[in-house]
Amino acid sequence: MSQTITIDPVTRLEGHGKITIHLNDAGEVENANFHVTQVRGFERFSEGRPFYEMPSLMARICGICPVSHLVASAKACEAIMAVRIPHTAAQLRRMLNLAQMVQSHALSFFYLSSPDLLLGMESDPVKRNILGVAAAKPELGRAGIGLRRFGQHIIELLGNKRIHPGWVVPGGVTEPLASAKRDEILAMIPEAHKNLRLALDAYKQIASSFKAEIGVFANFPSNYLGLINDDESIEFTDGALRLIDAKGNTIEDGMTATRFTEAIGEAVEPYSYTKFAYYKPLGYPDGSYRVGPLARLNIVSKMGTPQAEVELAEFKQLAAGPVESSFHYHHARLVEILYGIEKIEEILSDPKILDSHVRATAGVNRLEGAGQAEAPRGTLMHNYKVDENGKILWANLVIATGQNNNAMNRGVLQAAKHYVKDGKFTEGLLNRVEAVVRTFDPCLSCSTHAFGQMPLEVSLVDACGEAVDRVVRG
Amino acid sequence: MSGESDVKTLVIDEQEVSARSGQTILEVARENEIDIPTLCHLDGLSDVGACRLCLVEIKGSNKLLPACVTTVQEGMEISTGTERLRAHRRTILEMLFAERNHICSVCVSNGHCELQTLAQEQGLTHVRLPYRNPELRVDASHERFTIDHNRCILCTRCVRVCAEVEGAHIWDVMGRGIDSIIISDLNQPWGESACTRCGKCVQVCPTGALFDKSKIGSDHPKYPDFLPYLNLMREAK
Repeated sequence: MSQTITIDPVTRLEGHGKITIHLNDAGEVENANFHVTQVRGFERFSEGRPFYEMPSLMARICGICPVSHLVASAKACEAIMAVRIPHTAAQLRRMLNLAQMVQSHALSFFYLSSPDLLLGMESDPVKRNILGVAAAKPELGRAGIGLRRFGQHIIELLGNKRIHPGWVVPGGVTEPLASAKRDEILAMIPEAHKNLRLALDAYKQIASSFKAEIGVFANFPSNYLGLINDDESIEFTDGALRLIDAKGNTIEDGMTATRFTEAIGEAVEPYSYTKFAYYKPLGYPDGSYRVGPLARLNIVSKMGTPQAEVELAEFKQLAAGPVESSFHYHHARLVEILYGIEKIEEILSDPKILDSHVRATAGVNRLEGAGQAEAPRGTLMHNYKVDENGKILWANLVIATGQNNNAMNRGVLQAAKHYVKDGKFTEGLLNRVEAVVRTFDPCLSCSTHAFGQMPLEVSLVDACGEAVDRVVRG
Repeated sequence: MSGESDVKTLVIDEQEVSARSGQTILEVARENEIDIPTLCHLDGLSDVGACRLCLVEIKGSNKLLPACVTTVQEGMEISTGTERLRAHRRTILEMLFAERNHICSVCVSNGHCELQTLAQEQGLTHVRLPYRNPELRVDASHERFTIDHNRCILCTRCVRVCAEVEGAHIWDVMGRGIDSIIISDLNQPWGESACTRCGKCVQVCPTGALFDKSKIGSDHPKYPDFLPYLNLMREAK
C-alpha cells in the first residue's frame, strides 16, 4: 500500500515548514516535497504606503535578517529617487550587512546545524540542540554565542537596535558613525577571529566523517547566482549579479536589480506558499539555480581579504568545478564569516568612515525601482512601483529561499530515496532528510506568497480525533 | 477688579495651591508640578477638551471635568489620579488605539510619539476592544509632507496651529463622530491646497499622522515647544 511519511514541523529552521515523503506500493520513495505552510502577505499590505516607509516596513518580515531587507528595500527606494548615496553611507551599510551575515551564519551553523554535525545525526534527539552542544563541547558553544553577539552588537552600535534598526533609510543612513563606536567594534575583532578559527578547525576535522551525507545532500549539478564585484571578489551589498552554470561557465554577468526583474521568473507549485524562482531564458525548472554561501563561493574567484582568500582556495579544492553538495553550505558559511570579520575591520580603516555626510535626499524621480543585496542565505531583490506621489502601487520580493526552493525539493527527494528503503526508516534517517533543508538555512517567514486562490482545507476533528467534517476551497 | 479677588485658593491632590482667576485647572496643576496627562492640549494653542485624558474629579460634582478647559473656583477640591480616573484614561487610550491603525513598530514616530508615551505611562499593556481596522487614505500629494489618516487621533492640534498661529487655516474637520476626518481646504489634496508649507502642523502632531517626507527612519522627533515663544514674540511687537 502506498504511504506518506510526514515530518511536521521541520525543526531547527527559521519559519514553519513540513516535509512529505510519498512511498509507492513497494515501499520505495516515489516523491518528496518540502512545503512552506504559512502565508505572510507583506507585498499586499504594503500597497498604499509611502515608498520611503518601505525599508522599516519590510524589515519586519524577519527578525533574523532584517538588515538584508532594509538594504535591498532602501536600494529599491533609491532607484525610485534616482540618487547615488554618499560613499560613507554605502560603506556603513556594507558593514551593517556583513555584521548581520556573521550573526545569521553563526545562528545557522551553531544553533541550528551544529547539533547534527557535532553530536551526530543519530544522537539522542532530546539532547540534539544548542544546549546539548554547549554541554558536550562548551568551547564551541561559547564560540557560537560569541560570534552571534559580535554581529548583533555591531548592528546595535550602528543602528541603535539589535533587531530592526531604523538607521537604514532611502538615501543612506540617519546618523554617522561615532569614533567611540568604531573603536569598540575594532576591539571586538580579535575575539571574533579566535571564535571563528575554533569553529572552522572543528568543522574540518569532522567533515570527513560525513562522506555519506555529502554524497546525497542535494548533491547535483545546478546553476548558481550571487553578487560579485568588478574585480571578481565576493560582495554582499553592492556590485552586480553573476549567474553561472553547473560547469562554472558564466551564463549572464553584470545583472542589475532591474535586469533581475526581467530575467528571473517565479513558478508556483500547489504544495507550497514559497515560489520557485528560475532564470527565464532557460525556462522552468531547467533555469533553477542555487543562491547563498555555496553559490557565492562557487561564483567568485577571490574573497578580497587575506585569511578568507586562503580558506577559499581550500574550499575550491573540494571539486574540480563548482562545489555541488549542499552539505558544503556549512563550510562556505564559515569561510564567509571569516571574510565578514576581516572586511568589517577593513571598512573601519576607511579614512572617510567617520564622515558626517551620510544621506542623500530626493523625491519621486522614477515610478519603478528595484534593489538587490545578498542576504545571509542568498540573493534578495525588492521591486516597487509607485504613483507620482510615491505611494506603493505594487511590490514584489524575490527571496533567497524561493530561489533555493527547487534545489531544496530535489535535495529532499535525493536524501529520502537514499535513506528510506522498503518503507523502513528511523528517526536518525529522517533527521538527515531534515538536515538537507537545514544546509540551505532557509528563512521561510520571508518567502511566502499567496498566488490566486490558494487551496484551503478545514477539518473538524472530534475529541477522539475522528474527522467529522471537511471543507475544501480552491 | 482688585488684585485680592483675583486670587483663588484650592486643593489639588491634597495640596493647597493658589491660582489667578481665569486660570485652568491644568495650568495651576502644572505650575505646582502636579502631572495631569494630556494629548490634545498644547501650550501655545487654544484648548478644546477633545481627548478627555485630562479629566479630573472635583468634590461635589458627579461629572468628571477636563482640566484643560475648566477654570479654577475658590475652594475647589480636585483629585487628578484616582483609580477611577486612571481606568478611564486607559480606556480612552485603548479606544484611540482600536479606532484606527496604530502600528508602532513600523511608524515613523516610533519612539517619539505622544500617544505611545502616554500608553506606556498609563500602564496600557493590551487593548481589550476589537480593532476596527478602517481603510483610510494616505495623502502624499504635498511636496514636503504626508498625512496618514491611519495614525490620526483627531486631536485637532494641526487645525488650531494652522488657524491660530500660522493664520492659513487650511486644516479642518469633516464629518461627524466616527466618520470625522481631517481635511485640507474643502477636502482637496494637501498638495493642491493653500498650504504655506510652514510645517507647524507637522511639528505639533502628537503621532506619526503628519510627517516630513525627508525624515523617515528613527530620526523624526518633533519640536512643538516653539509655540509659546512664537506667541510671546508676536505679542511683544
